[in-house]
Amino acid sequence: MSLIRLHNIKKYYEMGSQVVKALDGIDVSISPNEYVAFIGSSGSGKSTMLNILGCLDSPTEGSYHLNGTNVESLSQNELSEVRNREIGFIFQSFNLLPRANALQNVMQPLVYRAIGRTERKRLASEALHRVGLGSRMDHLPNQLSGGQRQRVAIARALVTEPSILLADEPTGNLDSRTSIEIMQLFDELHSEGHTLIIVTHEDEIAEHCHRVIEMKDGRIHKDDHAEQLVEPA
Amino acid sequence: MFFVLMESTRSALSSIWAHGLRSFLTTLGIVIGVASVIAVVSVTQGMSAFIGETFASLGSNSITIGSYTPYQDRLKGNFARLTSDDLNMLEARADGIAYITPILFAPRSSQIKYGSQTAFSQILGTTYAFQDITANYPQVGRFLAPSDNDTRRRIAVIGAKVRENLNLPENPLNEYVELGGEWFKVVGLLEEKGEIMGNSQDDMVLVPYSTMQSIVGNQTRTDIQIQMGLSEGADVDTVVQQVTTLLRSAHNLEPGDEDDFRVQTAEQLMETFDEIIGMVTVVIGGIVGISLLVGGIGIMNIMLVSVTERTREIGICKAIGAKRHHILAQFLIEAALLSLLGGIIGLALGFGLGTLISSNIPDFPPAVIPMWAVALSLGFSGFVGVLFGILPAAKAANLDPIDALRYE
Repeated sequence: MSLIRLHNIKKYYEMGSQVVKALDGIDVSISPNEYVAFIGSSGSGKSTMLNILGCLDSPTEGSYHLNGTNVESLSQNELSEVRNREIGFIFQSFNLLPRANALQNVMQPLVYRAIGRTERKRLASEALHRVGLGSRMDHLPNQLSGGQRQRVAIARALVTEPSILLADEPTGNLDSRTSIEIMQLFDELHSEGHTLIIVTHEDEIAEHCHRVIEMKDGRIHKDDHAEQLVEPA
Repeated sequence: MFFVLMESTRSALSSIWAHGLRSFLTTLGIVIGVASVIAVVSVTQGMSAFIGETFASLGSNSITIGSYTPYQDRLKGNFARLTSDDLNMLEARADGIAYITPILFAPRSSQIKYGSQTAFSQILGTTYAFQDITANYPQVGRFLAPSDNDTRRRIAVIGAKVRENLNLPENPLNEYVELGGEWFKVVGLLEEKGEIMGNSQDDMVLVPYSTMQSIVGNQTRTDIQIQMGLSEGADVDTVVQQVTTLLRSAHNLEPGDEDDFRVQTAEQLMETFDEIIGMVTVVIGGIVGISLLVGGIGIMNIMLVSVTERTREIGICKAIGAKRHHILAQFLIEAALLSLLGGIIGLALGFGLGTLISSNIPDFPPAVIPMWAVALSLGFSGFVGVLFGILPAAKAANLDPIDALRYE
């Protein structure tokens, strides 16, 4: 049973009189505990792909099943719920709340789950310890280095125990040494049983992943586990 | 739902606190609006409470009748008069009257002497009923008695101010004062009543009506005032109407002629005063309405700026699972709290201002803030916050998550 099943996903934008085909018929399945990289040059549709996988954007056409739920029929509020429970986002620019300290940032997704403050604190502090930031919980984002900020973001993604971790160029704003540290963290998370999907244009990052899907002009150009496409649901 | 409210309040407070100066300036409109209304209300309410008490002490269900001469007639030398006949007629024929008494004012000099001291005061000739109608009771000694009137006794009951002005002893009983060349024995000292708007209520000398008549002399031209106290359960309007009818017929007035007397009730005075207070309140209400409107627009403006400024934050929150109502509640509560804080600051400021004003004007009653004003101003400022917060909050809640995340 696959965790993610995309069937004939299309995303078209209208730019004036022209139609831009950001995604043009994507079929892909991802199973639990896979470690997948989407690669491709800019404009290949990999970011759009990630937005659709993360339920931030909805496709023009096609069907998307996430953990057995057909996502396209959901309302905005239900999509928020899915993002909260099933998905952990890690962004290139970290996207932490600037006025909240590390602990508060990690606690934030749990607020939307109506978890009490004490329990929220406990879970968030656990997640921060997991990513090695146990000693910096009361620092504001601008008091942390890039690598530390990305760790906070990872802790925030982990704290809700989502089905998938989605990372959009997670090392794009980091130097190479910190990048390696972050990727090591991802490797560990994968070995702990998490499902990771990373969008990147760097080959060194993609090398960490066990499955690499290359995109080109809104289509899948190459998928080294192509046989999974025909796997029955 | 309660959870959402709690969490939104927490984050709203931290956001207000984080932009301290901006928050204060945003809510300044509300602060000024509420402060001014509370200052004015506290002063007028203090005044109104004080005047209400004063009227009650004057005898609120008393009626005063005085003669009235239109200006034209005065020029011709025709002066309207109320006489003892009128008094006797009313006493015999009017219903609903518990007490009735004439008051005869000393016509010319109202000079009083005691030893080498001289003072001026209001000298009234009246009867024992005066004390119940006007609620003036003796502190020491006695009031005028019916027999004083019958025998034209030369006695006087004096107010506290008169005793002071004449340097009479603490207990002035059995001292003699000189009024219009005659000697009067002091038999009573009235309780002190204080001042109304700077007029002492204790500056008067009461002598028996008949004694006063004999001093005034020329009884055909005397013009008296008649004071009446209503009996329990009598309707003021009915009594006034009846008294008017009786006097008109006694004075042989044709229908269409103007009354040559005026009937005044304490209630009328109070109504006039209430009308003034009411008008002030309406005007102030209008001003406050406008200032709260302006304050509300200020809050809306800043909230809209704040939504734009925090677009990215809103996108982040939506990406990690915030629903529409989470975002809506946060901004709405922030606007309401901002406005409510302004209301509270305004309340404190307004009360301080009111107290300052009334304590700096001599003889002014202390400021009083009625609970309704507190409830109204806080309720209204909270309401303004919610009202003007809806638009920005809805704008924030409806942001598309990807657009918001991409916002720079």
